[in-house]
Amino acid sequence: MIEAEGLSKRYGDTLAVDNLTFSVAPGKITGFLGPNGAGKTTTMRLILGLDRPTAGRVTIDGKTFDHADQPMRRVGALLDAKAVHGGRSAYNHLLCLAQSNNLPRRRVDEVLGLVGLDEVARKRSKGFSLGMGQRLGIAAALLGDPQILMFDEPVNGLDPEGILWIRNLMKALAAEGRTVFVSSHLMSEMENTADHLLVIGRGKLIANCTIEEFIATNSQQTVRVRTPQPDLLAKLVTTAGAGVREAGDGSIVITGLDPDQVGDLAYDNQVRLHELSPVHASLEQAFMELTAGSVQFHAGVPEQPALAGEVA
Amino acid sequence: MASTIVGPAAGVALDLPRSAGRVTFAGALRSEFTKIRSVRSTYWALLAMFVVVVGFGALASWGAASHGPHGPYFDPTQQSLAGLYIGQLIIGVLGVLVISSEYSTGMIRTTLMTNPHRGMMIAAKGVVFTVVALVTSLITSFTAFFLGQALMSSHHMSTTIGSPNVLRAVIGGALFLTACGVLAFGLGLLIRHSAGGIGAMVGLLFVVTILINFLPQGWQDHVDKWIPALAGGQVWMAVAQPPGSTPMFGPWPSFAVLCGYAAIAVAAAVILFRRRDA
Repeated sequence: MIEAEGLSKRYGDTLAVDNLTFSVAPGKITGFLGPNGAGKTTTMRLILGLDRPTAGRVTIDGKTFDHADQPMRRVGALLDAKAVHGGRSAYNHLLCLAQSNNLPRRRVDEVLGLVGLDEVARKRSKGFSLGMGQRLGIAAALLGDPQILMFDEPVNGLDPEGILWIRNLMKALAAEGRTVFVSSHLMSEMENTADHLLVIGRGKLIANCTIEEFIATNSQQTVRVRTPQPDLLAKLVTTAGAGVREAGDGSIVITGLDPDQVGDLAYDNQVRLHELSPVHASLEQAFMELTAGSVQFHAGVPEQPALAGEVA
Repeated sequence: MASTIVGPAAGVALDLPRSAGRVTFAGALRSEFTKIRSVRSTYWALLAMFVVVVGFGALASWGAASHGPHGPYFDPTQQSLAGLYIGQLIIGVLGVLVISSEYSTGMIRTTLMTNPHRGMMIAAKGVVFTVVALVTSLITSFTAFFLGQALMSSHHMSTTIGSPNVLRAVIGGALFLTACGVLAFGLGLLIRHSAGGIGAMVGLLFVVTILINFLPQGWQDHVDKWIPALAGGQVWMAVAQPPGSTPMFGPWPSFAVLCGYAAIAVAAAVILFRRRDA
């Protein structure tokens, strides 16, 4: 169980993490979602004691991590796959970590086999591909057979096979009753793996709910309609209490009515329809809307400044 | 690696009681020894130190021998150990790199995620480096001494390990190298950057020692004894300096001055290390 209370971290003028209070429960995959620069990595660094909080505290099973007697059996973390000395072989890298926690040497071979790096175990890790580096980082996280696993953007830059592998691994680890805390800036990734969601933007907690709740709250169903009489239909729909907007490609998008209701309404009033299709707002869209006000770095679009939105 | 696509969790479990797997100082020492022995830079630095100290000492000894008799203040021990002037910089580079490479590679974060007891971790690293440096320095110092004496013996300029102060000076040479390494380790931990740490180390051990020569002699008489490399140099001399030389403390008090610098650097670095974000 990871518990944060009023956790804040300031770097100079930037408040990277702003008064976060949350807990991460065991036996689940908790997704930690937020745009780039939202404070996800900083929060993980605070949990692991790499950084000291400016205010508040975060504990693991009731203790701050720097007081853990069995750090590797308690938490296995992959924050940055490049955080290894590239001149050291994969085997020796894992060996030095295992030794510091008095884990047996055979464990190094076990995790190397588990992540499929046994053949390159004696090679220096600076020659590893991104995927191999990620596997080495995961091997290090699994060394102590930990109760809690933390992964920071684990699928970044991986090929589809690697992504699938990590997803299955996380699911299997959670199924064994472990706590899995995984960050991502992609909603689609969370949709496929997480049970619970923590959403942050600009260091603040925006949402803390199950994935089902998030979907129910945020995925509004809409209906796309193409008709030669858009003005008439819009008027009818508005009268019926639903919302309507132009989609820009000649079609209109109706919110608040399901496709059957829209079809009946059109039929009853002899409005000719050329297309009637249900549209599910993606969670990605919902996530973007939720965090729109909290994105730290908006991409500027030089020729259409209006689209760039409010620059943070 | 395609075979690892399925069923990755089978075998995640560690076949050990839940109470096993604790951090201890002994474990931290083993871990740090694995680290230092598993990167090439350690071997290159130690080999370079040995070759340079022994080689330069041999050259100096051969040069002295081929230029005939010397006066009563000629110190054959110091002559054979002349390579220590360069050796101090090489061990210094290793001392900085042992810690700064953890920062430049990011390894420090992995290290502290697996052992968050910072005081224990850095103490283990310091002890391992000091022991490795001391053992290598002893081998280097004794080799340089015996080779140098062999080269000078034909001209009856050599001394023996049993002569007064000689054993102290040869062991002192190794201690001098080790202390320079520890000073550099402290600077590396303080600055957390390889180039910056090496720069500070060269500045303190070498540049200061050169610049001091440009001070008026009257000032040098008061300052020289406090300069790290000059003070440290007293412990590997076996023959007293001629009267009228710049006054220095005795061999051991002088060595204590060098150790004082090392202690200050290490203490300041460790205090900051325990507080700073990694």
